Amino acid sequence: MSLAHETVASLRRRLSSKEIHSRDIVKDILTEIGAREKTVHAFTHIDEKAALAAAETADSSLPLGGIPIALKDNLNALGDPCTCSSKILEGYRAPYDATAVARLRHAGAIFLGRTNMDEFAMGSSTENSALGITRNPWDPTRIPGGSSGGSAAAVAGRLAIAALGSDTGGSIRQPAALCGCVGLKPTYGRISRYGLVAFASSLDQIGPLTRTVEDSAILLSALAGHDPHDNTTDLRKPETFLANPTGSVKGLRIGLPKEYFLPGMDAETEASIRTAAHWFEKNGATLVDVSLPHTSAAIAVYYILATAEASANLARFDGVRYGRRAVDPKDLLNLYQRTRSDGFGPEVKRRIILGTFVLSQGYADAYYRKAQKVRGLLRQDFESAFTKCDLLLTPTSPEPAFPLGERTQDPLKMYLADVFTISTNLAGNGAISLPCGFTKSNLPIGLQLIGPRFGEEKMLQAAHAYEQAHDFWKRMPPV
Amino acid sequence: MSSAGNWEAVIGLEVHVQLHTQTKMFCGCINQYGGATNSQVCPVCLGMPGSLPVPNEEAIRKTILTGLMLGCRIAPVARFDRKNYFYPDMPKNYQISQFEDPLCAGGAVGLDPFLFPKDLQDTDEAKAKRSIRLTRIHLEEDVAKSFHYEERSGIDFNRAGTPLMEIVSEADLRTPGEAFAFLGSLRQVLLSGNVSSADMEKGQMRCDVNVSVRPVGQKEFGTKVELKNLNSISGVRRALVYEIARQIAAVEKGEAIQHETRRWDDEAGATFTMRTKEKAHDYRYFPEPDLLPVRTDQGLRSAAEAGLPELPAALQDRLMRENGVTAYQASVLAADRVLCGYYEKAAKGTPHKAVVANWILNDFLATQPDPATSPVRPEFFGELADLVAGGTINSAQAKKVFAELMANPSSPKALVEKLGLAQISDVGALEAFCDEAIAANPRSVEDYRAGKGNAINALKGFVMKKSQGKANPTQVDEILKAKLSA
Repeated sequence: MSLAHETVASLRRRLSSKEIHSRDIVKDILTEIGAREKTVHAFTHIDEKAALAAAETADSSLPLGGIPIALKDNLNALGDPCTCSSKILEGYRAPYDATAVARLRHAGAIFLGRTNMDEFAMGSSTENSALGITRNPWDPTRIPGGSSGGSAAAVAGRLAIAALGSDTGGSIRQPAALCGCVGLKPTYGRISRYGLVAFASSLDQIGPLTRTVEDSAILLSALAGHDPHDNTTDLRKPETFLANPTGSVKGLRIGLPKEYFLPGMDAETEASIRTAAHWFEKNGATLVDVSLPHTSAAIAVYYILATAEASANLARFDGVRYGRRAVDPKDLLNLYQRTRSDGFGPEVKRRIILGTFVLSQGYADAYYRKAQKVRGLLRQDFESAFTKCDLLLTPTSPEPAFPLGERTQDPLKMYLADVFTISTNLAGNGAISLPCGFTKSNLPIGLQLIGPRFGEEKMLQAAHAYEQAHDFWKRMPPV
Repeated sequence: MSSAGNWEAVIGLEVHVQLHTQTKMFCGCINQYGGATNSQVCPVCLGMPGSLPVPNEEAIRKTILTGLMLGCRIAPVARFDRKNYFYPDMPKNYQISQFEDPLCAGGAVGLDPFLFPKDLQDTDEAKAKRSIRLTRIHLEEDVAKSFHYEERSGIDFNRAGTPLMEIVSEADLRTPGEAFAFLGSLRQVLLSGNVSSADMEKGQMRCDVNVSVRPVGQKEFGTKVELKNLNSISGVRRALVYEIARQIAAVEKGEAIQHETRRWDDEAGATFTMRTKEKAHDYRYFPEPDLLPVRTDQGLRSAAEAGLPELPAALQDRLMRENGVTAYQASVLAADRVLCGYYEKAAKGTPHKAVVANWILNDFLATQPDPATSPVRPEFFGELADLVAGGTINSAQAKKVFAELMANPSSPKALVEKLGLAQISDVGALEAFCDEAIAANPRSVEDYRAGKGNAINALKGFVMKKSQGKANPTQVDEILKAKLSA
């Protein structure tokens, strides 16, 4: 079997026993890429030479020694491109390592490519990329989800063993669900954001996309912990997640928020989630009905706060210091206008304009400040729910992967793809998506477990127990 | 005929102060003036994608210290905000500043009469000792420096991210002299706390002025004009004198004052329209999500309190009370902590502290304006004062010793010997000189005895000449009088 089909955990064992060499993994992955990347287009940039060279000198005694990992194209890695799938970062090369990248490097990982995404992580289908669309390995006529669609498609399509993504409103979990892999959005503050090109600073978190929950825990252990470069990282000591898997969910109280089970939702998705809930009950967990009453406001709140922050975060792309720059500008204003109108795609412009509007004098009270208040209520929703249960169980996405092009002209409909994931970003909680079934047409369905803040260990234990009792994760996409 | 007496100016100041810290406000780059272009930069202060700010505790502490020195309320929890505007000298196109919850609010700056311009120190305006209220003090990051050439512009980002404190006054100032004294007084306080070097010419302290005029007695403010490009404290005064006169002349002619920003041209001695404000700028402030709120009540405030220096007003009081210096001298000393430290060292070992102040402030500063680098050790002044007071040398000799001290600094005692100047106070020797004088000047002796008191001066002059100026004049006077009336 090609080494590209294995997990981080199994490769780690085989590398440290010297049964295989890192170069064998890289070569197998490059073979898979050669065969299918043309169809999937998971990457914006692949550096075969650098990956092979790094494999030669890899130190297999390190926690991730010699294991190739793909990086979403919004993470700075010294010397590499970091386009955010935008024309405006054309030609930009990262002058430094993101902390997450540096920590993986320090753990011995090697980087083989940069994965496609919605431009500046704004989107749910990876169709908003200036560098081409990515196709879902389970059905190439469908979207892989987004914004970390390239990372999810690469992991699902066996084009990468694991990948990093970023999640602002569901951008790791939703593509993971739609591509049938495991996506973890850690608690806000768990992983340093230093070096992640910011979309919405108070919501962004980096996280792993992997084939298994165990792999997710391995990467989280390497990535988590305080970073003096990020004022918002948590100060608690580093820990090893899932060091002793229990395989049991006995005694767990699993909350089912009623707002996440709506009439009219996709029947196959609902059935899979109910079956999963039932499995937990059957194995000793208690199911609890809970309510997150402000859920219906989450999308509106998100599109005010995220765009407000984005309007400032993206102001720096002005053609003055790096990236694309308008040729022969007439004056300063003309340089700004032309650089930005040519450099940004329509969704990014839409959000910058929206964010600028909600912060404007006369409107900030009605939009930005009110949304901040509602965000506080959403946070309280979660806090009070977690007094009644240990974990929340919900669908990750209201439906499986939809066809390419179906929603590109309807942003509002596209925004609904994140309806079950957005609240956790607003509240700051961690959440994980893992496969829990397939539709009749063989599209993956994702289950979301949401934990209390900094409750990753509990979440990973439950997810791991569920995953190992099923074989959804072993299924291979047809592409 | 000017009718300036019927008008009153209303002035408010916004003072930006670069903080004296090891590193920049939000990154580890060195905070130092004058490095090679774009050599003190990193991904954070260049606003590279993905970089994040980390607040500089030293800068926060120094801002709190400034607030404490000026009597401000210190916010228990302060926050940073983003101020959005596009300009190439602002790497992120937003500035991290403080809007809703600044570190310091309220407070005041007292106007010391001696900090008014010299020509105004005797006026009622200077003697009024007014106190000017502050609105707030907040902390932000400085922008880069732009250079404009014929076709292109260049940017030096070394300054980008320097900790910058903005001190905003209420519109309490009424005259250019008060503005001058306000800035001088503020500068004294900043120097005393080692918060900033506060040199306006180096851009370490920058001042924007808002000024309007109104008829005396009117409550409402007139239309305000903002003045920029003020590069010295005296420049602020000159600009205000000009601008107030311009506004009064305009309103007297029935013209409306434009709400605008005007540029002061120091050479031309006039202000010129820079831009008119069509509408207020919308900076779209919102809380900086990359930074946690700053808790000042968990150690930062107490750390600042521990660093509180003796404030200028208290220092002046002490110097006048304990050292007997004049109010003017006390104010000069309080204005310059280096000079004051030098003086205090000089005065330490001698009871003649006021004399030492005279030597240093009048004679020493005239030849050696920078005490920090002077080879003259401060203790020498105490020694010199003791030599005069103890009668070893007289004041004329002391001048010679002083001149030598400036030229070839060494102990005044050694210099007195080197110059052969020690005063003769030996009674036997002095009596011999006096006897000689009386014998050689019978006319003067006669005159004196006839009641012409001044005649004794000729005898004294004889003694001084004979003794090569070393005779103790007080003793000579006593001896001569005793001998002549015998």
